[in-house]
Amino acid sequence: MSSLDPSFLIKAPTHPVGVYKVSKNQVFKDHRRFGFSNIVLVLTILFLFTPLIVVITYSFNSSKGMMWTGFSLKWYAALLFDSEELWRAFLNSFIIAISSSAVATVLASLAAVGIKWYSFKGRQFIQTLSFLPMVLPEVIIGISMLIFFTAIKLPLGMFSIFIAHTTFNLPFVFLLVSARLDEFDFTILEAARDLGASERQTLMKVIVPSIMPGVMSGLLMSITMSLEDFVITFFVSGPGSTTLPLYVYSMIRYGVSPVINALSFVLILSIILLAFALRRFLKVIAASS
Amino acid sequence: MKGYDVQIENVSRAYGSFKALDDVSIDIKKGEFFSLLGPSGCGKTTLLRIIAGFDSPDTGILLFDGKEILSQPPEKRHVNTVFQSYALFPHLTVYENVAFPLRLKKIDKNLIDSKVREYLHLVQLDSHIHKKPGKLSGGQKQRVAIARALINEPSVLLLDEPLSALDAKLRQNLLVELDHLHDQIGITFIYVTHDQSEALSVSDRIAVMNQGKVLQVGTPYEIYESPATDFVARFIGETNLFEATVVNCDPYEDYFMTTLDIPALNSLVKVTDYDNLEKGQRVSFTVRPEKLKITGERPNKVGKDINLFHGIVEEPIYSGFQSKYYVLLENSTVIKVIQQHANYMDEGPEIDWKDSVFVSWSAEDGYIVEVVDS
Repeated sequence: MSSLDPSFLIKAPTHPVGVYKVSKNQVFKDHRRFGFSNIVLVLTILFLFTPLIVVITYSFNSSKGMMWTGFSLKWYAALLFDSEELWRAFLNSFIIAISSSAVATVLASLAAVGIKWYSFKGRQFIQTLSFLPMVLPEVIIGISMLIFFTAIKLPLGMFSIFIAHTTFNLPFVFLLVSARLDEFDFTILEAARDLGASERQTLMKVIVPSIMPGVMSGLLMSITMSLEDFVITFFVSGPGSTTLPLYVYSMIRYGVSPVINALSFVLILSIILLAFALRRFLKVIAASS
Repeated sequence: MKGYDVQIENVSRAYGSFKALDDVSIDIKKGEFFSLLGPSGCGKTTLLRIIAGFDSPDTGILLFDGKEILSQPPEKRHVNTVFQSYALFPHLTVYENVAFPLRLKKIDKNLIDSKVREYLHLVQLDSHIHKKPGKLSGGQKQRVAIARALINEPSVLLLDEPLSALDAKLRQNLLVELDHLHDQIGITFIYVTHDQSEALSVSDRIAVMNQGKVLQVGTPYEIYESPATDFVARFIGETNLFEATVVNCDPYEDYFMTTLDIPALNSLVKVTDYDNLEKGQRVSFTVRPEKLKITGERPNKVGKDINLFHGIVEEPIYSGFQSKYYVLLENSTVIKVIQQHANYMDEGPEIDWKDSVFVSWSAEDGYIVEVVDS
């Protein structure tokens, strides 16, 4: 074997190196040539981010009005030390996000595996039905849940919000895990058996780890959606179960407090950090598949 | 000699009304590089899956070293498979993929490490051990699959079209490596392929299959030079195949000089054969294109046992080391001729499109394939 020359493996990288390297001049030239598309790009970015920049700027304003009166961190101090209700709302949101997305992820993953791997009557119907909450307007889901909870006399509160969030998270996780299963190569199950794995070992060491990326991205997505949901939560919340989006909305009704500006900046920062973490995570997944 | 004798006896397997395997019997010897060759749907993969234990036959028996094995599940058969789609675990690194079978056995970690490195070295993947399969090229993936299948030290290695997803050049390289591996390890290799050139170049013996049946088992030489049926003649390499009737059969020292009447050539053709055929018997006649000689001029001496035809070059196909000509004979039958290109001194004048040519072959080079009816 050693007499063979393995160099054909080394000399031919799968991705040609250097093809995507473009000199700065070239990029600049392209800018000039596609003037119109770049104008649109700049306008779009301005349109998207100007409101955020305004909010962030005013969070450092020393007075309450729209006039810039000087730099100050007092709204951040107020946010940290004088906003007990806000933090309670945040805690509610957090509890619901974690619990509902965990439950939704487990249920939807099992559903996806079941629908993909077993054939039974009404399989197609269930699959189609499970996407319904994704396309229905949130108001309709909110109202129908409210009517349903009232009808079965379920008191509105944390538990009803938990159920509502679990419901609207299900189809997203289902979709992501199904997509992962579509790529699943069934011969790896035979390979596992061939190499000596029992059925249980095949499940734990092959199936679960290889659909894990789909499950994890489903989980992260449901956490995000649960944290930011307003419409459905608005209908099914009760006394003492105010979530962060609901609380912010109620604050605005009594005039815009700069504390909200401060909160916005904190949220934007944490979301950017989360997004970076997510990107890294997705890159790791991409590398594995 | 390591490895198992694999005996397949009267194995049949049907899927509904489709007979995937129809009374198949093959004896594979210890340490042999044995190929199952046939077009897709011929049953070769079904047979491989039965040997691996992923499928079981409706009737028939399977013996490893004389012991019945059908009752054993895949994991107890000392057989490992290299899959066509590689079937690597996408979530594991190259190292962990190869270590997978050993980890299941709960072997000492240091032992696992040394064995994994040994087998990755065997397939020349030392520098890629921490990559995930997604980062590897097709050829590298297949090497991982081979190392993973070998690390359990199976007695039989099954290879299910392992090279079909790779490009031609890489395929040749890996094929040579597989052959080296086989020489090194010495276990029984059963190789499934639809590519006749792959099978011819590495196998000790080949079974040609079609429609669930084994048509011929033999060495590559036997299968190429003396195909048992029309199908084998056509499937292995290129050939000119004609229906013929026996006109005469003259006995010589240890062969028969047979004269055939071939309607398609509108002529009598002489063939040497080892069977005494009856007059009037219908047979198939084949002659390989590379055994035909093509000349612009009529050959000076035409011996008794030379078959000579005149025709016009209808389609010359130049491919570097050889040229293929489709020659339209006088009675509008087309015959294929392949001419190897030698050096300048040996080459005759160039043969071109629409040239008038003479095609000839010796009686020794023709072959009577099978008796069509008796």
